[in-house]
Order: sequence, then C-alpha cells, then structure tokens
Amino acid sequence: MEAIILQVLNGLDKGSAYALIALGLTLIFGTLGVVNFAHGALFMIGAFCAVTLSRILTLSHTIVDETQKDFLGNPLKVEVPYVYDWFGQATGDVIIDWAVPLSILFAIPVMVAIGVLMERGLIKHFYKRPHADQILVTFGLAIVLQEIIKYYYGANPIPTPAPSAFVGSFDFGTMLGFEANQIIYPYWRIIYFAFAAIIIGAVFAFLQFTTFGMVVRAGMADRETVQLLGINIDKRFTLMFGIAAAVAGLAGVMYTPINSPNYHMGMDFLVLSFVVVVVGGMGSLPGAVLAGFVLGILESFASMREVLAILPGLNQIIIYLVAIIILLTRPRGLMGRKGVMED
Amino acid sequence: MLGLEAKDFRLLILVAILTMAAPFLLNPFPEGSGLAQFNAGYPDLMQRFVIFGIFAIGFNILFGLTGYLSFGHAAFLGVGSYAAIWMMKLLTMNVIPAIIVSVIVAGIFSLAVGWISLRRSGIYFSILTLAFAQMSYSLAYSVLTPITGGETGLQPKVNDPRILDGALTEGGTPKANLFGLEMGSSIEWGVGNWLFTFNAGYYVAAIVMLAAFYLSIRIFRSPFGMMLRAVKSNQQRLNYTGLNAKPYTLAAFVISGMYAGLAGGLMVAMDTQVGAERMFWTASGEVVLMSILGGVGTLIGPVLGAGAIKYMENILSKINSDILHTWFAFLPDGLEDFVVTLIYPFIGKGWHLTLGLIFMAVVIFLPGGLVEGGQRIARLFGRKKKSTDTPDGKTTPAE
Amino acid sequence: MGILEVKNVGKRFGGLQALGDVNLSVTENTVHAIIGPNGAGKSTLLNCLVGKLIPDTGSVMFDGQSVLGRKPYEINQMGISRVFQTPEIFGDLSVMENMMIPCFAKRDGSFRPNAFMDMFKDREIVERAEQMLEEMNMADARNDNAATMSRGNKRRLEIGMCLAQEPRLLLLDEPTAGMARADTNNTIDLLKQIKEERDITISIIEHDMHVVFSLAERITVLAQGTPLVEDTPDNIKGHPKVREAYLGETQDAA
Repeated sequence: MEAIILQVLNGLDKGSAYALIALGLTLIFGTLGVVNFAHGALFMIGAFCAVTLSRILTLSHTIVDETQKDFLGNPLKVEVPYVYDWFGQATGDVIIDWAVPLSILFAIPVMVAIGVLMERGLIKHFYKRPHADQILVTFGLAIVLQEIIKYYYGANPIPTPAPSAFVGSFDFGTMLGFEANQIIYPYWRIIYFAFAAIIIGAVFAFLQFTTFGMVVRAGMADRETVQLLGINIDKRFTLMFGIAAAVAGLAGVMYTPINSPNYHMGMDFLVLSFVVVVVGGMGSLPGAVLAGFVLGILESFASMREVLAILPGLNQIIIYLVAIIILLTRPRGLMGRKGVMED
Repeated sequence: MLGLEAKDFRLLILVAILTMAAPFLLNPFPEGSGLAQFNAGYPDLMQRFVIFGIFAIGFNILFGLTGYLSFGHAAFLGVGSYAAIWMMKLLTMNVIPAIIVSVIVAGIFSLAVGWISLRRSGIYFSILTLAFAQMSYSLAYSVLTPITGGETGLQPKVNDPRILDGALTEGGTPKANLFGLEMGSSIEWGVGNWLFTFNAGYYVAAIVMLAAFYLSIRIFRSPFGMMLRAVKSNQQRLNYTGLNAKPYTLAAFVISGMYAGLAGGLMVAMDTQVGAERMFWTASGEVVLMSILGGVGTLIGPVLGAGAIKYMENILSKINSDILHTWFAFLPDGLEDFVVTLIYPFIGKGWHLTLGLIFMAVVIFLPGGLVEGGQRIARLFGRKKKSTDTPDGKTTPAE
Repeated sequence: MGILEVKNVGKRFGGLQALGDVNLSVTENTVHAIIGPNGAGKSTLLNCLVGKLIPDTGSVMFDGQSVLGRKPYEINQMGISRVFQTPEIFGDLSVMENMMIPCFAKRDGSFRPNAFMDMFKDREIVERAEQMLEEMNMADARNDNAATMSRGNKRRLEIGMCLAQEPRLLLLDEPTAGMARADTNNTIDLLKQIKEERDITISIIEHDMHVVFSLAERITVLAQGTPLVEDTPDNIKGHPKVREAYLGETQDAA
C-alpha cells in the first residue's frame, strides 16, 4: 500500500509537466490547427528564464573589504550582488533564494511575448499548409531555439535550486497512519503538482467563464462561423498562442529545481508530450490533462523494483507501449473528437 | 539503357561519375593551404556521404512518394547495424553476409512495425513510428543488453567464433573485408600539393549506393511508384478505383526500412561498431531533414540533402574562432573582431543553428529543396532545359 | 431482377434515422435517378452501396452478390464505379497518369507490386489510357497537371477514369453540383453519349431537375429516409406525393 501511494505521488510531478505541455500543445492545435513541434523548446526557454533571473539577481560588483584579510594579509576582494545594495543583505539573500518562484513573474511576459512573436512571425504563414509542413518548420525552429540557448548557456545542465524553505521532504506516511519514512515526498514536488493544478484550473476557468474564452472555444469548434459574426478571431488566437507558450514556460520555470535545465530538455519532453496529446486525443483539453497524469503515474509504477523484476525495462517503454495500444484500439485517443487529423 | 529513359540514364551516369571521382572532386584544395579544411575527400566522410545517401533515398520512397512521414526510421538502421555486427561476430568478417542479413532483418522488423503503424495515417502514423523507434532504442539500451551491448555497444572481438573465417594470426585484430580486401585499406596518390585517398570501403559503399539509386529510379518510374504517388495525392479516389492502398504503402514502408537496414549494415561494414544512439529519434529526425533539404519526392534530392548535412556536420563544425580570425585578418582590428563575433555562433559547435535556419528557410521558401533551388537558378540563367530528375518534369512538393 | 437490389436497408446515426426501410431495384442498362429533398438520405444510401457505410439492417446485392461488409476497393472491383460530388482525381499527377491508374486497376486487380517495369512501356495500358483520353476529348491535356484543369474538365476526367474500368454500374453523386450552366449541359451531353454508346447501368443522385429529366428512365423519390414513389419521369412530374415532399416538407427537412 505504501509503495502504491508513493508511486502515485512520484508520478504526479512528471505527470504535471506532461499535462502542462500537452495542454499548451492542444490549445495551439485546437485553436490554430497547428502541430507545434517547437512547444518543447518553449518549455525549455521557460526553464532558462529561471536560470536567467537567478543570474540577474546574483549579478555582482567587486568591492574591497578592509575588515577581512586573505592569507597574505591583503584586504579581501568580495563579490557583492547588487540586490544587497538595494535591499540590504538579509532581504537580498531571501530574494536570491527565491529566484525560481520569482521567475514566474519574469517568465510570464517573456513567454507571452515569445509566443505572440512566433505566431505573428512564423506560424500564421503556415495555417493553410499541410500538417507535415507545420511539423517540419516548427521542428526547425525548435532546433534553432535550442541552439541559441546552447550558445549562451553552454551544454551542461545548470543547477537551479528551490528556495531553501522547500528543500527537504514531507513524510506523508505518518500523516496517513503508516510508519515513518515509508512515504516521503520532497516539498518542491508537492508545490509543483499544486502549481500545475492551479494553472490547469486557471486555463479551464478562463476558457469556460470569460467572454474571451467563450469566443475562443466557439472558434475552436467552428472558426468560420465565428468570423462571420464579425468577431476578430485571429487576434484572440494569437493571444491564445501566447498563453499556451506561457503555460509551457511556467511548467519549465517550476521544473528547474526537479531537474537541472539543459538545452535539450525541451526535445526530451516534446516527444513524450506529443505521445501524451495523441493518447489524450488530438484537440481535447481534458484528454491532454488526463493522459498527462495517467502516463506520468503509469511510468512511475513501471519503474517499481517489483515490476522491473518481472518485466525488465518496462519503465523505459511504458509510455510508448500504452500509446501504441491506445492508438490501435481507440483511434481518436482517450477523449478525441471525430475527424481531427485524420486526413 | 538498363531499362531507363534517356534522361534518367543520364542522371544515373552523372551520379556514377561523381561518386567514382569523389576522392578528386571533394579534395579541390591543396594540402596545407588555408582552404584545405574544406576538403571532404577523406574516407570516413565520403563513406558517410554515400551511406546516409542510401538511408535518405529509402526514406524518400516512403515519405516522398506516399507522403507518410515516419519519425522512426533510425530504428531500422539500428536493427540493420546490430544484425550486421552479429554476422561479423558469428560468421565471418566478410561484409557480404553482414550486409545481406542486415537488409533482411530490417525488412522483417519494418514489416512488423509498418503493419501496425499503417493502420493510422497523418500525425497518428508519425507518432506510432516514433513510439516504436523510441521503444527499440530504450530496449537496446537496457533489457536487450545481451544482444546489443547496451551502453557500450558492440564490436567484433578477437575471440568471437566466426565459424567461416580461419583463426586469426597471433596478435591480429578482426578487420571487415570483402573477400580479403580490407574495408579500411586505402591507396594514396600525391599530385603536387594535392593528396587523394582512394579507400576500398568507400568504393564498396559507393557501388552499393549506385545500385540503390538505380533501384529507386526504377521504383519511381514503375506503376508501383505511380500508385504510391496516388496514395499521397488522393487516397479516397484510389480506394474507389479498386486499388487497395494498404499493401502499397506497406510495401513502400518495408522497402524504405530495408534501405535503412542496408545503410546500417554498411555503417558496420565500414567502422565495425554499433551503439544504441544510432536509433535515437534525433537520428530519425536527421533523415527527415536530409530529404526535405535536398528535395522530397525527387530522385537526386535526398542524396544531395544527405551530402549537404554530413558536409556541414563534419566541415562547418571544425571551423573555430582562430580560423575565422585568420580569414578576416585583412580587416581593421575592431571590424575583424566584430565580423568574427557575428559569424562565430553559426560555425563550430553552433553548426546545428545554421542547419536549423537553413532547414526552416527551405521549408518556408523552397518546399522543393535544393533540387527546386537548382531548377530556379537554372531558369534564371535562361536555360529552358526541363528538370532531369523529377517525375514528368515537375516537382512533387513536400506534404 | 435488377442488377442492383437494395432490400430493407436501414441506417441510424445516433438518434437520427437516416434511412428507414429502403427498397430499390435498378434494372440493367437503364439510367435510374434518385431524387429527394435535402436530408432525404440520398448520400447515406449511396455510401451504403459503395462500402463507405455499412447499413444496420437489410441487404444490398449487386449482380447476385452481396456487397455488405466489403471494402470500397473490393466493391469497385465487382464493377461499381463512383463519381463524387466534388471531382476526386489525383491532383499531383498528370492527366495521362490519372487515366492509367484505373486501367492498371482493371487489368491487375487491387494490388500488384510491379516495381521494376517502366509504366510508360506497358503498351497495353498506355494504349488503353490514350484511347480513353481520346474518347473524353482530353488527348491534348495529356501531360497537364490534373489539379490545374477547370472544374468541368476535372469532372470529365473523373467520369473517364470510371469508364476506363468498364464498370457495370456507374454511380454519380450530384455530378453537376456547383457547375456553371454550360458545364452542366456538357456533362449531360457526355452522360447521354455514354448511355448510348455503352452497355452500362447509371444510377444518379441529383438535385438539379433539369439534369434528372434529361437523363433518367426511372426515378425514385426519397424522402426522410424512405422511398416515396418509383416511376417514369413523366409520371413523377405530376405526382402529388412528390410535390408534397418538395414543396410541403422542404423547409423542415432541409
């Protein structure tokens, strides 16, 4: 029992990341009808927003500290971050410590801007072209984006820790009446899951309850009719692209403490996220979220020692295996609509 | 000639001449000159040109003709490689059985994958092939380690059984050969400052490539090839014309899988080693890039694309900032630094960036790839000659 | 006994009874039109005949053999060719190639992997395709890209491709929909010519009464998924039930 709960929990954080990326992919596909292979790159750029902000916050200038001496007796040169000058050392330390959560504020405008720029500059020219062309051009864009990041940040993973308040683990087991240390779960992963749940909820609420969301949903169902009503659907779809980019970016920001970001993390997640989208059903938002969590949890179960003893290597292939089975038995995925992407 | 139309035959002869003379053509700059680093006439790279050419030619039979975009073809290449290396371990270091078996094994594997994946079309097909390839890659890395060597991969060892070969001489290492002709052996010919290398392995691979190219011309011009183009053009009409699209696409899938296996087998024949990374999905992506870059659906396009990408990978990636500085030394210092800083991100380790940009440009502006580019330039110079390598003198754009 | 016998065919989509209880008999070598207001189930019926849909109840016999459960290509090989509402041709291929494909399908069956032969060296096929292009008055367009042709010519090519298979039954789904008057008249003339020159049964679904009364020998009127009447064109013209179906119920059914 303990093991099962632990695996469900373990699956949640990866599932959250899959669900968030898949949600963005589906938003773009549903609204614009574009298969965006650069979506993983947006996730990666989000992660590097966190890296960038923590670098900005630790930007330092050198001062000579007369009170300290190095071993030769000369006054010690000390690097002092600018934030110390502005906020004092104590507050400055807290700000630096909280770089990752603060990056959310930094990443939202950056990601929306990148998304809008991408849509206006590139994607909109591909609405009328075949899906294969869309896949290819966004695939090319993904390569370009990740190479730019690689050029500026190098090829190695950059550790970006969570605020020290969230380092450590929470003992779920004692709370549920099991023995201590049976089910321990890092704080940050709980936060990541909660964060993902909030974002997903926000996106759904936005689509469900705002006029804007209503128009977008109507446009997803029947673009031409909405346009005939005299509504400028294009502008809204552009903004939806920005929102989808922001969702991917935020997923990336918050993921940095779990896995140190590197330039190819986007591609790694993209492949899996596409599988998630297809399993969920192309064009279905609830399907994308459901499939994200289901596959994340299945993956974590497959990596249990007991399972691997019977079916070695299952953890490596489980997602693909499930995808193949689902696609063959339910051609439209778990919750897909009829007629999407079948031509 | 050889059952080909005159223009196809001319194209084949042209490609044959170019591949045979490649050691000269790819080494135009004298040794020691500043431009020598642009020489691509060394065996290792030339082998890669033709082997990836085969891979792309095969991929093009599937994607170019039927429009089915597979994102998992590297799996067949990998399976072919493993099959070949086992032939070298168990049977003989002669490359013939290795290559034949690699084609057969890749064919069987692609039949199984294709039979399942082709139940769906569009992006679902792409995802299914991707899923199969990633599964193969993961399994090769983990569970199948006894067969694949896992992370370390496989090489022929001195004490492998090799039942057809005699015992190795004391201290000898197993070397891939064709009835005694070692793949690694080369003849070097110095003319003035030029040095040309004629490598046995390259010529073996080049001849196989020519055969594969010839075969693909025959397929393009056959009723079968026309049916494949019909699949891409209008599957509905095909079904209502009494033709069953499934076996046609499956046949195309298996043929392209066998081409990939052939390429994998040849790779092993050249460097006698294999690792699972050969099957990673980025390797599948690379062959997509090659086909698109060269001109999908055209005969010569994939070969050009494979050449262009392998050239960039091996030549562009070797240029570093020092070399750039020597090139632009004639400029005033400040300007020199500026120009070098401007170019630097696109060369050396950044060659992928250049590749990505070129690829995007091709998809956006030149859907027919390098072949279409060539045709446009030819038209620009007023040559009214029709294209020599596309079906009926028209390009079939990517879809 | 007609060449096409439809018995008690019903088809339901969710809550909608698209076809109620359709009985239809098409006599060999006649032109049989199926007309009816929008939503009468004409297209559903047609799709049941060619294998795109499988009816829930009833049977469809062609020349004494059941077509139910067979794939569209199998039904085509039995001798039923279909012309679509919007011309379905191979847009990326040349006109000649478009015409060669049905010739291959007729001779070689649904699949033959002849990958080593130059298709233009197959004299039998080339001659047959050229002959069909002549008959369709399209020999000049031989090397044109099929996608670049006018709609009228695409329709002509599509009909030609169907005829190249020498079908026993030709199904036409609103062959003049969206056509200019001149193109419509050309298509009528073409179909009349086909009817005179060949032993062929034609079944036509049409909205345009001008087309129907120019061509049909028998007419079945379909309304709300069931056949209302079946008779000769002259008798259909003044039939009260037909008037009712078209004038009285069109608003609801549309």
